[in-house]
Formats: sequence, C-alpha cells, structure tokens
Amino acid sequence: MIRFVDVHKSYRVDGKDVPALEPFSLDIADGDVFGIIGHSGAGKSTLIRLINLLERPSGGRIVIGDTDMTALPEPELRAARQRIGMIFQHFNLLASQTVAENVAFPLRIAGEKDQTAIRSRVNELLHRVGLSDHANKYPSQLSGGQKQRVGIARALANRPSILLCDEATSALDPQTTASVLDLLAEINRELKLTIVLITHEMDVVRRVCDRVAVLDAGRIVERGAVADVFLRPTHATTRRFVSEALPEEEAGANVPYQHVPGRIMRLSFRGEATWSPTLGRITRETGVDFNILAGRIDRIKDLPYGQLTLAMQGAGVDAALKALREAGIDVEELTR
Amino acid sequence: MIAAPLLQTLFPNIDDWGEMGQACIDTLLMLGGSLLLTILIGLPLGVLLFLTGKGQLHAMPKLYAALSLVVNVLRSIPFIILMIVLMPLTYVLVGTKLGIRGAIPPLVIGAAPFFARLVETALREVEQGVIEASQAMGATTWQIVRHVLLPEARASLWAGVTVTAIALVGYTAMGGAIGAGGLGDLAYRYGYLSYKSDYMVVTVLLLIVLVQLLQMVGDHIVAHYSRR
Repeated sequence: MIRFVDVHKSYRVDGKDVPALEPFSLDIADGDVFGIIGHSGAGKSTLIRLINLLERPSGGRIVIGDTDMTALPEPELRAARQRIGMIFQHFNLLASQTVAENVAFPLRIAGEKDQTAIRSRVNELLHRVGLSDHANKYPSQLSGGQKQRVGIARALANRPSILLCDEATSALDPQTTASVLDLLAEINRELKLTIVLITHEMDVVRRVCDRVAVLDAGRIVERGAVADVFLRPTHATTRRFVSEALPEEEAGANVPYQHVPGRIMRLSFRGEATWSPTLGRITRETGVDFNILAGRIDRIKDLPYGQLTLAMQGAGVDAALKALREAGIDVEELTR
Repeated sequence: MIAAPLLQTLFPNIDDWGEMGQACIDTLLMLGGSLLLTILIGLPLGVLLFLTGKGQLHAMPKLYAALSLVVNVLRSIPFIILMIVLMPLTYVLVGTKLGIRGAIPPLVIGAAPFFARLVETALREVEQGVIEASQAMGATTWQIVRHVLLPEARASLWAGVTVTAIALVGYTAMGGAIGAGGLGDLAYRYGYLSYKSDYMVVTVLLLIVLVQLLQMVGDHIVAHYSRR
C-alpha cells in the first residue's frame, strides 16, 4: 500500500510559495494499476515523484508498506528507492552504454558484484521485454518502443514492488503505445507489482488502469474505479478527458439531436450485461421504439462495456428505463 | 642529423640540430606533465563546479560562487604574467623557477581552471533525465559521477582535453621566453634576439605539426566515444 497522508507541495519561486499540489490524502492498493491523469501543469509529475521522494513534500507523509518514506535518512532512502522502479517519457537511458549495460546498471548500483549473476538476470529481463537480440546495441540504434522496453527491463532489475511510469507512452506512436501498455499489464499480472502511472491520455487509463485519480490544477477532483469514472464522470475536467477518448460523434453534450424525435438516452452496459440481449427484451416488453444514434462496445482494462445513445419513443419509456436500471444498466437522459 | 645536407641548405643558420631535438623533447615533456596534472586537478574541480551549480545535485550557491571566482581570476590573468607572479610559489613547490620543472606549476595553475570550465560545460550537456533516473535507482552521488556523468560526457570531455592540450602548447612556448626551455625558448633566443629567422620558421613548423597531431588524435577519440 502506498499512502499519501495530508501531503502538499509548493515550490519557492522568487521568494513566494507557489502551490503545486493542494493538501490531499490518497491510498494506492498493492497490485493495482493506478492512473493519475491530468493536463500538463496539473501537478502529476510532482505527485509521482513524491512516491520515491525525487520531490520532497512540503508537508505530510508518504508511507509505503510500513515505511514512512519521508522520515528515512539518506542511505535508507537510497535502499528504498532500489525497490521502486521508474520509467520515463524520454526513456533516460545511458547513451554511452549498451542495452545490456543499461539493464545491469541498477544491479551494480545496488552493489551486485557477481558478473555471472548480473549476466543471467540481464538475459532474463531482456527476454521478458522481448529484446534478447538487442543486448549489445546502443540506445541510439533502437526505436522508441524498444527504448521504453529497455527502460522497463532496467526498472524491473532489482525486483521492485512498485513501478512508476512517468508519461511512459507519451512519446510513442499509437501502435507502440498499445504494445508497451500490454507489456505493463502483463508485468502487473505476472509479477503482482503495483504500477502507478501518470498520463494525459484517458485511453491509457482505460486500457490498463484499475483505479484512477483526476488531477486538475494541483487538486484531485475525482477518483475511483476506472469503469465508474469513465462511464459516469462528474467533474468537468474528467468529462473532458473522457470525451477526448471517445470518437467525436459520441463526445456528448455538444452533439445536436434537436431534430430527433423522442427522448435521448445514453445507456451504459458493463461486464456481462454487455453480452446479453437486455435492451431488445425490455423494449419489446414495454412496447418502446428506439433508434440508435451512436454507440460503441469496448473494454475498460478486462471489463467489457457498451455505450449506446438512443432516441426512445412510446408510452412505456419510463417503464423501460426502470426495467433497464433494474437490469444493472446505467441510464442517463441527455438534455438537448 | 639525418638528411643534414637538405636541412643545411634550407636553414643555413641552424648549426645545432641536436639542440632543436632536445627542445622538442622538452616541449613534449612540459606538455605531457602539465596536461596530466591539469586533468588530475581540473577534472575534480570541474565536477565540483557542476555539482554545486544552480539546480544540480548538490547546489551550494556560495561555494559555487567562490570556486567560480577563483577560476575566473586565474583565467583572466595572461599566462606570461601568471608565470611571473607565481615564481615564488613555483620555487616553493618544485625548488626551481626555471626549466621544465619550473614551468609545470604555472602551466597547471593556468590550464586547470580552463579545463575545469570545459568539464563543467561538458557535464551540463548530460541529460538531466538520466541523472534523475539514476537517483530514482538509489545511486549515490559518487556512483552518478563515476557511472553516469563521466561516461555520458566522455566525448565532450575528450574534446576538452584536446583543446586544453593545444592551449598548453601555446603556454609552453610563452614559458620558453622566461626560462622554461623548449621550442619557445629556441624561437625567442635565436629567432628573436639573434635574428636567426630559420629558428623561428622551424619552431613554428614543429609547433604546427604538434598541434595538428594533437587535434587529429583528439578528434579520433571524440568520434570513437560519440554515441548519439
């Protein structure tokens, strides 16, 4: 468990304290993939760096397991950092060292002297990230996705219990992003380590995260399970992030349905409900006509979900809505 | 000397080529000795300047300002004056003010601050993110210097060594004028004071060859270490 207890952070600029993060508390459970989403300048880089104390909080405590990180003297803090892996937007690899040497670096830092042990650990890690054939190349000879894989292998070298991802896919193209996210999900599943990632893309959160916190101007404005936040965003910032992740015509409120007769409803199915013919059954039973205006079926991490925008007509609309809600489907009426 | 007839025809006023050879050796000894010491002193000084600089791992504004001032003062004194000013200190350090030994302390004191600045600049070119990544791995400052900063900056550091070596060639020649020996001494005594311009021409040619060689070797090393 990573716990932020009444943490806040401000920077001193020209003799004045400028707040970067307003006081907040936050728990991140072991084994979770926890996303922190925010626009640039919202404070997410600061927040993730509080975990390994690359940034010191101005107040409050950061507790990992039973260890109060903020109270550790320097040598113990360094030892604790060896148990926390970190990957970066711009990879931050040693340009003068080969891939294998980059991955071996944290092992050497941690004091490993046994060359055979280092070599076998490096091979194992490179195999995991699919770069066994590139051990003796230099970072400049690799693609962005491969560089990030080296970063991941390096971050995992000392068998950390936590992996911090600082905009790890922001410099990558969509296809590479998907493969790196798959790798992160696999690592989370197989090594049972906690992943904290920051991003400005809701799609990254949707693909891999279990829980999410939305950061806006130094404040956590919304937090919860990704499915809840994604399907029922309450804060304006969250809504904007969610709509950015959706195709334009579904993006919501702005789409004009004035000319469409009937009541405009947005239905959200999740989990098993996505696969059962609930809508068909209920509309048949209540005698409601509907017209599909927009819709998608996708996944939030491993959870299938569907979202349909319908125009519903007929005397039984209210009864239908009630029945839909009872069947576990979220129904939201869109105002025109 | 070999090829003596040709040399005699070209430079009739040079009657002792052995002296010229000795001067070359002296210049190389002064250069080698002072370059080695310059690196030994300038490299740690440059690292210290970098680490204590604004926004760096061990930012210490007052120490940085003090070091910076010393470096600037030493760099702003023309070498020939520095050499004269330092004579008492030179005598204390090496027991003579003359010859190769007498030349080395002022050469090092003149060049080390220059090299330290080049080291500082080279280290600043290392990506901040790489340093941050090492910190995140729990590296100590020493580990960061030893395994990150110096290896990552080695191409620029070797470029700095090359520039410093060439500057030192110039300094040794100046030193020759006030008793350090070497090629500068020959050029000054025979070429300038005795109007034997042959000496001047040969000395200059030899210095050009030396500088060319240094630059070529330096460029070669820099190219070898460039990984970007």
